[in-house]
Order: sequence, then structure tokens, then C-alpha cells
Amino acid sequence: MSKLYTGAEIVFKCLEDQEVEYIFGYPGGAVLPIYDELKNHSSIKHILVRHEQGAGHAAEGYARSSGKPGVVLVTSGPGATNVVTALTDAYMDSIPLVCISGQVPTHLIGTDAFQECDTTGITRPCTKHNWLVKDIKELPKVMHEAFKVATTGRPGPVLIDIPKDIQFAKTNYTKFKKEKKLNEKIHNKFSENEINQLIDLISKSKKPVVYTGGGVINSGPQASETLKEFVRLIGFPITSTLQGLGAFPGDDNQFIGMLGMHGTYEANNAMHDCDLLINIGARFDDRITGKIDEFSPKSKKVHIDIDPSSINKIIKVDLAIVGDVNEVIKSAIKKINKKQNGLKDSNKQRISKWWEQIQKWRTKDSLGFINSDKEIKPQHAVKRLYELTKNQDTFITTEVGQHQMWAAQHYKFNKPNRWMTSGGLGTMGYGLPAAVGVQIAHPDKLVIDIAGEASVLMTIQEMSTAVQYNLPIKIFILNNQYMGMVRQWQELLHEKNYSESYSEALPDFVKLAEAYGCKGIKADNPDELDDKIKEMIDYNGPVIFDCHVDPNENCFPMIPSGKPHNQMILGPSDKKENKITGKGKSLV
Amino acid sequence: MSSPKSAYSISTKKGKLDTHIFVVWVDNESGVLARVVGLFSGRGYNIESLAVAEVDATKNISRITIVTTGTPQVIDQIKLQLKKLVPVHKVADFKREDKNVIFKEMALLKIVAQKKKIEKCLKECKKFDPVILDKTNKSVVVQITALRREIDKMSKKLKPLGLTSTSRTGAIAMTRGAQTFK
Repeated sequence: MSKLYTGAEIVFKCLEDQEVEYIFGYPGGAVLPIYDELKNHSSIKHILVRHEQGAGHAAEGYARSSGKPGVVLVTSGPGATNVVTALTDAYMDSIPLVCISGQVPTHLIGTDAFQECDTTGITRPCTKHNWLVKDIKELPKVMHEAFKVATTGRPGPVLIDIPKDIQFAKTNYTKFKKEKKLNEKIHNKFSENEINQLIDLISKSKKPVVYTGGGVINSGPQASETLKEFVRLIGFPITSTLQGLGAFPGDDNQFIGMLGMHGTYEANNAMHDCDLLINIGARFDDRITGKIDEFSPKSKKVHIDIDPSSINKIIKVDLAIVGDVNEVIKSAIKKINKKQNGLKDSNKQRISKWWEQIQKWRTKDSLGFINSDKEIKPQHAVKRLYELTKNQDTFITTEVGQHQMWAAQHYKFNKPNRWMTSGGLGTMGYGLPAAVGVQIAHPDKLVIDIAGEASVLMTIQEMSTAVQYNLPIKIFILNNQYMGMVRQWQELLHEKNYSESYSEALPDFVKLAEAYGCKGIKADNPDELDDKIKEMIDYNGPVIFDCHVDPNENCFPMIPSGKPHNQMILGPSDKKENKITGKGKSLV
Repeated sequence: MSSPKSAYSISTKKGKLDTHIFVVWVDNESGVLARVVGLFSGRGYNIESLAVAEVDATKNISRITIVTTGTPQVIDQIKLQLKKLVPVHKVADFKREDKNVIFKEMALLKIVAQKKKIEKCLKECKKFDPVILDKTNKSVVVQITALRREIDKMSKKLKPLGLTSTSRTGAIAMTRGAQTFK
């Protein structure tokens, strides 16, 4: 007879077979058998967070920066409910997470037992799939299926709820064999004909634009290389969503900046006026499209996506290619190289006028701002941070709000998986724990959370985690004492009624840093900014950098709600252009 | 019109609504109905009727039939979203007007009335081949099988004649001819 293993042992056997190195978690009554087993598995390291939401975001940061699924371990009841925000965040941004939660023993389920909640019920709408394991024999199969569901097709979070008695119960474990067909949920069967149609559209268009998203990142680092080759081959301008940043080099001339609500003037106008729109791995999110009826009215639209339900969900497209981004563009490149040798040159001629137009839009310098020598402008702070870190492989996470948009606008990403931000759900408090996860995956790299002082306070307790594991994350807070994006909307849309958007009693972040046992740095003068940033980078350990910035600065450009792409509000430097004549205007 | 105070766009277009019947083959496991129904409620789709039962005991397959309304775009989304659910094997969707598909619903009608009225009721039901399942001096329970609309109409008609209780299965569907849906 083969050896019998407990449920807790099987959990770890499966994690080992899935080559999991790190678990982010927090113990509690209903997962104690699993925690008890932890000591017997040296290849798996547990990272103890300070709140389960932090575990979820840390696992997201780990997953997004490494391409591997993030694993979370929490207890029943509050442990599970605390992780819901992170699961939803991962669901919206298509991040592979496997969350294991403890549950009260099966005979107590449904009795309102201590720390019981309907975990699978609560997480059903925010996971790709979830399981309540009521039979120990099911556990190995469920564990492996969970990894498969999380990582294949459009990635996303899954949850396995394991009652405590199942963790003690025993069963056989047969070694895991990879690859089993899964209800055909994975779509990668695009046709040759579709590729031909794509190339036909490419060769005819005069005003094309490529619009890429997080799907390129999720398709793996190779997809970014393929994308570069593709875009250089066809010579088209390329813009990216918030999630797609880094897939194409941000400092490349063909890159026209991020698009959408706070995207560049040139990117949004190109989207509006183009005659061919090639969406690669993006989902026509409402922050991107603006007013749907007037979205890119003159263009033929192509949508390449692995998720069939993304096609025609918001914007009707003329050509849909369902498949893995890397595979689709690879076959497009192959076709172009084989069939139409002259395409590269003919494309250049045909779209040269379009490029002239884009250059004209570029001269608007829509990301420009009026710099100051008295106060630190938040944009200036991000730009200096970029200049002082661009020579090393830097990973950036953010919280949510104005600072996030400034980071997206002014920090240039040249590689995928270097930019971790909560786009879909817009979770304040994401960046700090995400930075913890990123640093775990890349212990020797520079990891910076560009944060706002309001957001970072939502998960500040994770500094304790950073200190415990000696993770040298840098929390770069653009401190304007306001919930900046809320204040901006109130200023622009609610007659400056700053209802509850000012934080009266902020902590002294330097002292807070010291209380956690890390380094605190404060800057409020533009002259000292560079030196202090360097001090932060050079410090070998976690740092909270309290960067006091102009509290009244707004994030521009901006598409007001209900407006199409070509009706943007530009910043104050645009309005006052003539008066200021470039004095103090930031150099780009 | 678009409100200037919203961070979201305001919907402007309202498309024409079609009635569709979805047939969904799923693994008969706990929570599967909640997944399907939760998808509808979570994404704001409408459910007019729902019928579900296991149809293959060896393979553990249940067949769910859902009647819904939506714009063509929404109907398309419902289908694609359903297909993404892990326990869903296949999804068929038919327009209500589809001549190649049979749609039927069963209803049990309880009529409490005097003999005369009961007889009148049975007469009204005649074209739906009523089956009398129970009969007393004062009441009758009739089973009819018909289209949803027909049962709607019937209920209205029988109300004044003493219809006191109605139980309906919701529509189920089957394609005509030899072929089956793959």
C-alpha cells in the first residue's frame, strides 16, 4: 500500500510540484495544520505579512514582476474576507494568484461557527474559479487544477477553501503529471485568414495607431520583444494603456505615450483621428475610451486578445483575432517578411504625413508643467527619480491617485514587468505590499513604490514585513496632504467643495519610518531633492521618503468625463504659454 | 445627456432588446448554479426564467435553460462570459423566433371554483392537451404544456374563473430534427 499523506502535506507536495518558492500569508486557527507542516518543506519560504490584504497585493507584486503565480495562505473568516480586495484587484488586472484559505471543519460548515464565513460564496465573483474541498481525495486534483486555471488563458486569481478536518485527513498522492485539457478554455486558434486580413489592413492604412495593453505583459517577456519587432517593422506609432507600459520602450520615438483619461495629447488625438486601430491585449476600458459613441470614429478596428469575451464587449471591432498576443504577432511578422518584402518602405511613405501630424501634436508638450524653485512639483519629483534611477534595472509600484498618473506619465519604462500598478480596481494601498512582493522576487534590484500619503497609510503596516525580511524597498511619497485625485475632481467638477479630501492629522513619516526600524528621509525643497533621492537609493534597507510637494498641483492633460479623445483639457502651461514664454517650464 | 459631474460616461444608446434562450451544459457540482446565476446578476443581465436538472447521471452533466433579454451585444457577452466559467462545457443560444427550436414550459394550475367555472376552465385549456391531475368538488389541478406566452395568456384568462395557484417550470428547449447541438 502506498503511503498516506495528510491534507496539509498534500498542500505542500502540490506547491513543491508547482515549483512554488514563496507563500505570502498570515496564520490562524483554521490553517494551523498547514502552518504546522511548513517546517518540513525547506524549498518553500513563508513571508509573514501584517494584514491579509497585504499578502494578496504582495503576491500580486511577486506575480507581475516574475511572471510566476503568486501564492497566498490565509485563515478562515476574517482572513478570507481581508484578502477579497486583493483577489478582486488581481481579477481586474488579470494577475495569476492561488489563494489557499482555511475553513472551519466540514461538520461545522453552515452553523455560524467561530471564524466561519461563506468564503467560496464571497469570492465567487472575484476569482476565475474557486473550490471548497469537502473530500480529501479531491485535494490533489483541485490544487493542480487551481494553478492551471490561474495561469492559463487570461490569467487571474483562484481560491481553494480547505476545511480544517480535510487538512488532517489522509489520502494517497500520485505525482503530478502536467498538461490535461481543461474544458477548452484556452483559446489560441486564430486562422491564417485573420492574419492575412490584418496585414491587408496594415498595408492600406494611412493613419494607423497601435494600442497595446497588459495582455502583452501577460503574454510573457518574449511578447514584448515580438511587439518591438512588429512595431518597428510596420513603422506605426504606438501608444499604451496604464497596464501595458514597459512592453514597448517608453523613450522610443515611435512611442507616443500613454493614452486615455490622463494620456498624452498626441496619443489621444491619434486614437481619435486614426483610420486603423490595432488593439493588442487591451480591453477598451472606460478610462481609455472616453465617450463611447465618439471613440475613434473613423477607424477600422482590430482587436487581438486571448479572452474571447473581451471582443466586442465595449467597442465593436472589424477584425477580432483571439489568441496569445505573442503567437499572433509572431505569425503576422512572419507573413509580412515572407509575402510583402517592400511593406516596410511603402508603409513609411504612406504614413509619413500622419507622422508629421503626430509631431505637431507632440509640440503641444502636453505633459509639460510649470516648475518652481520654491516648491517641489510632483511631476518634477518623478522626473528626477527617473533620471537618477534609469541607469539601473528599477521596479516601480504605485498606489492609486494623482501620483500614480504622474508616475505613469513621467517615468519611462523600457522593459516589461517593471511597472506594477492597480489599474482596473484602483486599489489605494496596493503599492507598498506590492513592492514587498517585487523585492522578494528580485532581491538585488531597486524597488520603489511611488506613493501618495493617503494611499500608503492604508497598508503602511507592511513596513513591518519589509523590515522583518530586510527588504530594501523605497517608499517615495508625494505628500500633498490631500487625496489628490479626489481634490482635483472636486476642484474641477464640484465647485471646489473639498469635502473630506484633506488629511488633517498626518503622521510624521520620518518618525514613522524610525518607529518601524527603517530609514526616514524628508524633502521639501527642490534644491535638496536630488541629493536626498540619491541618499535613498544608496541606503541598503527600507526607506520612507516623505517628499513634500505643491498641494495644489493637478494632473494634466485630462479628458473630462463624457468627452471624446480630441477634447482634452491641457495643463496651465498650455493656457499661459504666451505669458510665461517657457520660463520655468520643465524641460522634456 | 452627459453629466459634467461624473467620472464615468453616461450611457446614451439603448439598443433593441431581443429575447434569447440559453442552454448551458455544466458539471453538476455544488455551487455551479450560483456561478451561472451570479454571472447574470453581477453583470446586470436579466433572467426571465430558469430551468435546471441533471440530464446525464454518469457524466454528471446538468442542463440549464435560461430565458433572457438583451441587446445583441449583451446576448453575445452572456454567451462568451458563460463559456469562460470552468464547469461550463458548452453553451447554445437561440432566438425566441427560431423555428428550428422547440420551446416548451409546463404549468400546474389550481382552480378553485364551482363546477361550471371549472368546466369552462378546462375548455379554455383544451388546445394545450390538459391533464387533470387532481379533482374534487370544488377544485381541479391541471397540467398544461405550452409556450411561455401561451401560459401567460392562459393565466390571465383563468384568473377570473377561479385560478388560485400557478406553478411553472420555466422554458426548456430542444432543437428540431436529427441533429444535436455540439
